[in-house]
Parts: sequence; C-alpha cells; structure tokens
Amino acid sequence: MPEQLVFAMEVFLNGLMAGVLYALVALGFVLIYKASGIFNYAQGVMALFSAMTLVGIMEGQVPFSHLINAMLGTHVHHFGWHLPAVLGILLTMVVMVGLAWLVQVVIFRHLVNQEPIILFMATIGLAYFMEGFGDLMWGAEIKKLDVGLPQGINLWIDETTFNIFDYGFFIDNLDIVATIIAALLVGVLVAFSQYTKQGRAMRAVADDHQAALSVGVSLSFIWVMVWSVAGFVALVAGIMWGTKSGVQFSLSLIALKALPVLMLGGFTSIPGAIVGGLIIGVGEKLFEFAIGPIIGGATENWFAYVLALVFLVFRPQGLFGDKIIERV
Amino acid sequence: MKTKLITAALAGIMAAAPALADLTFASLSYRTGPYAANGIPFADGYADYLTLLNERDGGIGGVPINLLECETGYNTEKGVECYESTKGEGVLAYAPLSTGITYQLIPKVTADGIALHTGGYGRTSAKNGEVFRNVFNFPANYWDGASVGIKHLLDINGGDIAGKKIALVYHNSAYGKEPIRTLEELSKKHGYELSLLPVDHPGQEQKSQWLQIRRDRPDYVLMWGWGVMNQVAIQEAVNIRFPMENFIGVWWSGSENDVMAAGAKANGYKALTFHNVGNNFPIFDDIQKHVVDTGKAAGAGDQIGTVLYNRGMYNAMLLTEAVKTAQAMTGNMDISQAEMIKGMEALEMTEDKMAALGLPGFGPSFSVSCQNHGGDGMVAVSQWDANAGTWSLISDYQQSDMSVLQPLIDADSSAFASENNITPNCN
Repeated sequence: MPEQLVFAMEVFLNGLMAGVLYALVALGFVLIYKASGIFNYAQGVMALFSAMTLVGIMEGQVPFSHLINAMLGTHVHHFGWHLPAVLGILLTMVVMVGLAWLVQVVIFRHLVNQEPIILFMATIGLAYFMEGFGDLMWGAEIKKLDVGLPQGINLWIDETTFNIFDYGFFIDNLDIVATIIAALLVGVLVAFSQYTKQGRAMRAVADDHQAALSVGVSLSFIWVMVWSVAGFVALVAGIMWGTKSGVQFSLSLIALKALPVLMLGGFTSIPGAIVGGLIIGVGEKLFEFAIGPIIGGATENWFAYVLALVFLVFRPQGLFGDKIIERV
Repeated sequence: MKTKLITAALAGIMAAAPALADLTFASLSYRTGPYAANGIPFADGYADYLTLLNERDGGIGGVPINLLECETGYNTEKGVECYESTKGEGVLAYAPLSTGITYQLIPKVTADGIALHTGGYGRTSAKNGEVFRNVFNFPANYWDGASVGIKHLLDINGGDIAGKKIALVYHNSAYGKEPIRTLEELSKKHGYELSLLPVDHPGQEQKSQWLQIRRDRPDYVLMWGWGVMNQVAIQEAVNIRFPMENFIGVWWSGSENDVMAAGAKANGYKALTFHNVGNNFPIFDDIQKHVVDTGKAAGAGDQIGTVLYNRGMYNAMLLTEAVKTAQAMTGNMDISQAEMIKGMEALEMTEDKMAALGLPGFGPSFSVSCQNHGGDGMVAVSQWDANAGTWSLISDYQQSDMSVLQPLIDADSSAFASENNITPNCN
C-alpha cells in the first residue's frame, strides 16, 4: 500500500478521535439549547470551572485561599487531604448541581419569556463571571489533573498496524478512553430522555414550554436538571481536555471547537453533535495532512468553520437539526 | 471654615496624587485571560523587585519608585490603551510583555520620547539603536535564542549537524514566526534540514503536527510556544515518545508551568534562557523579609524562584541599574525620560555588580550602547529535572552567531528606517 495512503489512514483515525473530544463539548450546548432554547455561551467556562473544582477538591485546596490570606493575614492553602478521583468527581458534581440551581434561581427564573438574544447575553455575563470567580476561588496557576486515565501510544494498535502496513499507527490511549466514555454518555442521555419520567418531561419542555406547564411539569425543576446534566457533560469534557493540557484558563476556549460541530450537526440533536464532531475532526485533520503543507499549515481552526459553512449552504438547520418552518 | 475646608481638600488631593519626584515605571501585565498563569509570576517578580528597593533602600538614590501596573489580558488593543492612559504620568520606561503590543508601541514611544524595554521579546531588529532610538531589547532577543539553540546542537554533535533534520514547532503569530528567518539562514551555513510546523492559537489541539513529527522523525525539535501550546506540545512529544533531551524550547516555553502537566515523562526537556533559574540567590532572602513578610508582595508570595518570577525580577533589575547609571552620569537623582534613555544606552552589567545586588551569576555580563540596544546576545541552555522539580543550567552563556545575525538585523532595521523616514544616527 502506498505510504501516503497509510499515513492518511492514521490521520483519519486520529481525526475521528479528535472529533469525539469536540463532540463532548458540543453535547453540553445541545442539551441546554434543546431543553430551553438558550445558546449557553458559558459551556466552555463550565468545563474549566468543573475541572478546576475537581482538582481543588482532590488536592484539598482551600477555596478563596488568596483572598482569605490577604484579608486575614493567614497562610492557609491546603486542608491536607488527597481524595480519590471517584470521590472528587462525585463532590464536583454536587458543586455543579449547586451551580445549576444558582443559575436558575439568580438568572434564568427572572428571564422567562424573554427573547433568545437576552438569554444568550445573560450566558455571556455568566461566562465572564465564572471565569473571574473560578480564578478567585482556585487560583490562575496551571494545575495537573490526574484521575488515572491512561495516556500515550496504544501499543496493541501500534504493533497490529505495523504487522499489516509495516507502519505502526499512533492512537492515544486517552482518545480511546474518551471515545468509550462519549459513547456511554450518549447512550445514557438517550435512555434518560426516552425512558425516564424526568427525561420525558425534559422533552416535553423542549417541544413546548406552555403545553408542558399546563400538564404540571415544573419548568424550574427541568431547567435545573438540564443545567446539572450539562454541568456533568462539561465535567467529562474538562477531565478529558484537562488531562491533556493541565487545567488552565485555555480550557474555556474549547467552546470554539464546538461551534463548527454545532453548526454542522444542528443545535438540537445529540446524535448530530456526535456525527458533526466526527466529520469536523476527520475533515480538519485530513485537510491539514493533504493541503496544509502546501499552503503553510495551521489550517485546522479555520477549516473547521469553512467545512461547517459548506454544510450550512445545503442544510441550514444542520445535518440533524429541526427544520424551521414559519408560515406567513 | 470654608477656607479650612478648601485647604483640607487640597491637602487631601495632594496627598493622594503620586509624588512628582517618583521614578515611574509602567508594567503592562496580564493577570487575567488565557496566558494569566504565565503573566502573573512575571508581573509579581517585576513588582516585588521595585517594592524591595522602595522598602529596603528608600527607592533609587533616595527617590522612591512608582510602579504603574495596567492589565492587558495579553491583548494588543488593551496594551495600547494602557500606554495612552499612562504616558502622561512621566513614565521612564515601559515593559509591555507582549511582542504584539511592542510592535504597536514602537512608533508611539519614538514620538513621545519614552523608553521601551522588551527583554527577551519584541522586535529583534530593535537591537539597532541607531534606528530604534527608544527601544531596547537587552540582554537577548529571539534571533540570539535561535542561534544559540543551533550552537547547542552543534556542541552536542561534535560541531557538525549537516544532514540533521530539525523541526520548528511555533505559535502561528508574529512572535512564533520571529526565529524562522534566522533558522533558515543558519541552515544554509550548517547544512541542516529545517521543517516548519505552525500551531494556531491557543494550541490545544496539535495532533496533526505531532503525527507529522512522528512520520518525519526529525533529530531535534525546537519550539517557539506560549501558554497552553507549550503544555500540549510537551505532552504530545511524550505521547509519541520523542526523546525529551532532543526537544528544546525558547525561554517562553521553559517554565515550571510548561512541564508540570506532563509529569515525570517531561524529564530532560530543555529550554533556552538568558538568566539563571532557581531560588538560591541572596536577593530572595531580602524579598522575603522586606516584601513578602511585610505583606507588600504583588501576589501571594508563592512564585518566588520560579523561572517567570525570576525573569520579571531580572527585567526590573536591569531597568533600575539603568536608572543608577543615569543618575551617576547626570548627578540628577530625579532623572528625566531622556536621561533614562541615556542611562539605558550606557548600561553595563558585570558579575561584580550582580553579586553586590545579591544576584551572583544570575545573568551574563553585557553592555549596551547607542548603536547596540540588545546587549551581547548571551544565552544559556537549561534542563528540567522532573524528579527534583527544578530547572538547572546545563551550559555556559554563549554568544549568538553575529556573523549571521548582524546582516539580518541591518536589513530589517534599514527597511524600518526607510519606511518611517528615519535617518540612523547616534547624535
């Protein structure tokens, strides 16, 4: 087999894996948009905040320690414990549920029936608030996140592909884990929305707020629940990306990777987020591999948006989005 | 009663206003945004050194120092706003801490007659003081870094790197592109094969670049990265099992922040540096005593001795030494902006001087002149010991290859001079 074709296959597989990571971020956007019609600009910051909280809890970091020390003249930084990852994740989820409740009570309860642009602007404010609040709470330094996920080349794939193609493919173990977790997550989310009372209520709210209210569904409860689930998805994305790069401010920028995925897959479809992520991941990696060297490289950021725009020309609602029909 | 009130109000205003006799510096820092983790220790080191001089020595030559710190978020527009809002405060020298902001400020400081110090960043050809009269980039610039990086590879290869493959992984920005021309020129001289791998901001996704490195198998990888790009690159290098000792970053890719995320496997990673590392210097005892313990530290006091804290402190120290030089030259303690520039042009750093400051062996000896605003271009190589969690110098300071760099500096500065109708001179 020609060498370039073998390389392209490796790039293709890595594109699929990268796409899964993009889809993980996009899922959080879809969940909230689907249930409440809010485009949550703060989703990337939620990933950052959840990852910072996870590291802080696991490492026993005293929240707001810089502020406390500055005000009281103390030198407290750590509680002195190191918690196992599972317990840290559970406690972080408690924090994220608390955050979801606060977001609902403090912001969105007062904005019911407002225009979508107002709700969007509120999430922009929320994003900037959480950025500063997260820094104040946990500090701005880069934190190492280790929840025990494997990283580095998968030797089995390396050896197997070497025996077949005379060239071992590089696939990161972390990407494989992310793929398995994303598949499980989608399965759980679909099962939750199809087969549980709360899930059906969530779908009812997504279809028609007023009709759902008229049959006794609590809008407030559903929104808290949706923001909590989005917080959980943000935590999963934060763990995956944070394990790669350390937990730091730039985690919030992974939202930029989710936008073309949403444009392509549609804002209201969970499968759309996954398929969109895979198409973007593969598309940008193959383009960089084939065309990048000719035009100077660094094509991935802009090509993802070009690819999404091309799809939009033919299908404005995205691949899996609901078709918008407005009658005159 | 009315007169008393007016008098009291005036007294209050005068007390609140900065003393006119202050030696004022401006630090355009970034404690927020995607690069805050790096901006904070640098800004802390810069501020803490000036606070130390105020607290311990009563300023410089008896004149207190006033530091204006303005938050840029590493955003060029905000940096320019910071400059415009502070330039009327009698600032002696600006430290913009961003190559993008530096490029925007060069014409402004030239018109306003204020010094701009960009130690280890900014526009490389500003080394030519006859063209860039107000801009200083001592003690080293990016082209010095690229040159000494190649010198290090020559050293470890017995002086011959012909036929070797070297890849440059760089931040796809004005900063990241700075070393390309130098490395291309040096490749003609030494016969190595250079490949260029740009990474877009912020650099969280670099799979394509590292798959290419894995396919092409370069002998060495150089990196001009910043922020999250560094951590991801080092992790990806670990993932593809690239030998860490063959991976060399510029000084902005060589702090504790950059290697911590990759853990023990980052052991052996190298970085260029133009100052020493670690906290084993007498100056830190003074900072602890006069600044941290008195609650006057710019940050939490937990960054002391880190690479970026040391760099901020070193940059502040060089400027205060220039102030001392200007004071000695003029006999005037409260120097003017023009006298500050003269002091910077006459700056001479010696080992004796640094030892007296509590910084023995902290940086190379060098001198600045009207013609040469960049110093002697002395750069060393440091290496990360993951077990000890420390950086340490593994080479002496070496001078960059000026036979290659000087023509590049001359060409670039001449182009700037002709574009801006500047007649190079030292009058």
